[in-house]
Amino acid sequence: MVNTKVTLCGIEMDNPIIPASGTFGFGYEFAELYDINMLGSFSFKGTTLEPRFGNPTPRIAECASGMLNAVGLQNPGVEKVISEELPRLRRVFHKPVMANVSGFSVDEYVETVRRLDGEDDIGWFEVNISCPNVHGGGMSFGTSPEMAEKVTREVRRVTKKPIIIKLSPNVTDIVSIARACEAGGADGVSLINTLMGMRIDLKRRRPIIANKTGGFSGPAIKPVAVRMIYQVYDAVRIPIVGMGGVSSAEDVIELMLAGATAVEVGAENLVNPYACRDIINSLPSVMEKYGIRDLTDIIGAAH
Amino acid sequence: MKDVLFKIISNVCIAKNTYECVLEGDTSAITAPGQFVNLKLDGFYLRRPISVCDSSEGRLTIIYKVVGDGTERMAATAPGAEWLTLTGLGNGYDLDKSGDRPLLIGGGAGVPPMYMLCKELIKQGKKPTVILGFNTENEVFYKQEFTNLGANVIIATADGSVGVRGFVTDAMADLDYTYFYTCGPEPMLRAVYEKSLTSGQFSFEERMGCGFGACMGCSCKTKYGNKRICRDGPVLEKEEIIW
Repeated sequence: MVNTKVTLCGIEMDNPIIPASGTFGFGYEFAELYDINMLGSFSFKGTTLEPRFGNPTPRIAECASGMLNAVGLQNPGVEKVISEELPRLRRVFHKPVMANVSGFSVDEYVETVRRLDGEDDIGWFEVNISCPNVHGGGMSFGTSPEMAEKVTREVRRVTKKPIIIKLSPNVTDIVSIARACEAGGADGVSLINTLMGMRIDLKRRRPIIANKTGGFSGPAIKPVAVRMIYQVYDAVRIPIVGMGGVSSAEDVIELMLAGATAVEVGAENLVNPYACRDIINSLPSVMEKYGIRDLTDIIGAAH
Repeated sequence: MKDVLFKIISNVCIAKNTYECVLEGDTSAITAPGQFVNLKLDGFYLRRPISVCDSSEGRLTIIYKVVGDGTERMAATAPGAEWLTLTGLGNGYDLDKSGDRPLLIGGGAGVPPMYMLCKELIKQGKKPTVILGFNTENEVFYKQEFTNLGANVIIATADGSVGVRGFVTDAMADLDYTYFYTCGPEPMLRAVYEKSLTSGQFSFEERMGCGFGACMGCSCKTKYGNKRICRDGPVLEKEEIIW
């Protein structure tokens, strides 16, 4: 028997698999297909203080081994998340959930976290300072160590729940951002968010996506994720939630060897809605194949 | 919604750049005309959303137009091959509102979903009139198939090479109908919206990520709030559409 349990910021999870924010909604679509309580947890749709429609369409473009998206944080706003989404979610998911929050100012991050803090089902906050698809917020907090530290410090004041800061790969030095988050009081960091990209329609001679640029995700970005997780693991003492191009149990193990304590699965959920179920089901046999008895043993083992 | 492995029985060119593909597999998740399926092709990351032309027990018919690399690959796929397919996606058309003499308006790649809709309406004893719009004669398909169902069929071509010269809206002019259903390119949908005298339902297209409501890639604004074309649509009612 192998042990797939891991502990993330003091909360034990049955396995390290977490569907990534924005690829799993609030869980209901997937709950129709399988019992989502088999997941380690999941990170719900990025929530902001006010409701947002997001960007105009088209928001999606396909790439080799991946996709671009520029949804732009469409969500019903924190009040509706609390009054409508979380009560519905409670009916289908009975484990601590990861609350993904975004903002356009430090105050907005703080206020959104403060309002969600009383919800018992929330185990962790994942603070997204790395959305590439919104203007005047999102990623701009994640590309400067000073801003990253400030957001972390201010959010820290309003919650005792673990705070995980979601980092952008669209920076020269992700290590300095991760260190700033740790200095600001973060309990963990998650990486990587999508890489900013663009595709152009040859017939129309215009960008495919209405927002022009979008975030690149899918199997193609996995080597970037592995590299950044590896570098950040060397630089901080707080746990890392790894993500980027994960589509198999082997990928999960690779990211954990690089330094991840838990692993998020993103784009793959959109292509194979059973992706997380399949990964969790195959994890024990893949662990056995590589001589792993306890997943905790391999965290950062590639160093 | 069900993910099903479908086997290709036939895959033939029936008009210019237009292919009819018959597939064998579990169709139990397909519950209404106007729904779509999402096909996984080797070598492409995202699935291909294609409308259902006809569905019966164990047998699915789709008609697609070759417009890019994905549909080109589909056209080059031989019978016997298998596609993993998410089935039963989208809301589909609501047949209860049709009245006795519904009008069905399909344009180009928007023609296929009209077939199953027409079949179901006739099964219910309704007397549908069908307008099929194309650019030119060599793009016309399924005229005979609709006629065989027992529908009154009107063809419109933009160049007048067959049927009514002009757009589907030109063919609508003198018709008397109780309700309408339409699917086609957005400029056509908009023209139908302007010209139509009754209430009706419109099926929309959008670039999709997942096709089942998770990613918010295909959202649109309606008078009844934000909707996902893939999950809350693709069929919207005339009264809720914001152009």
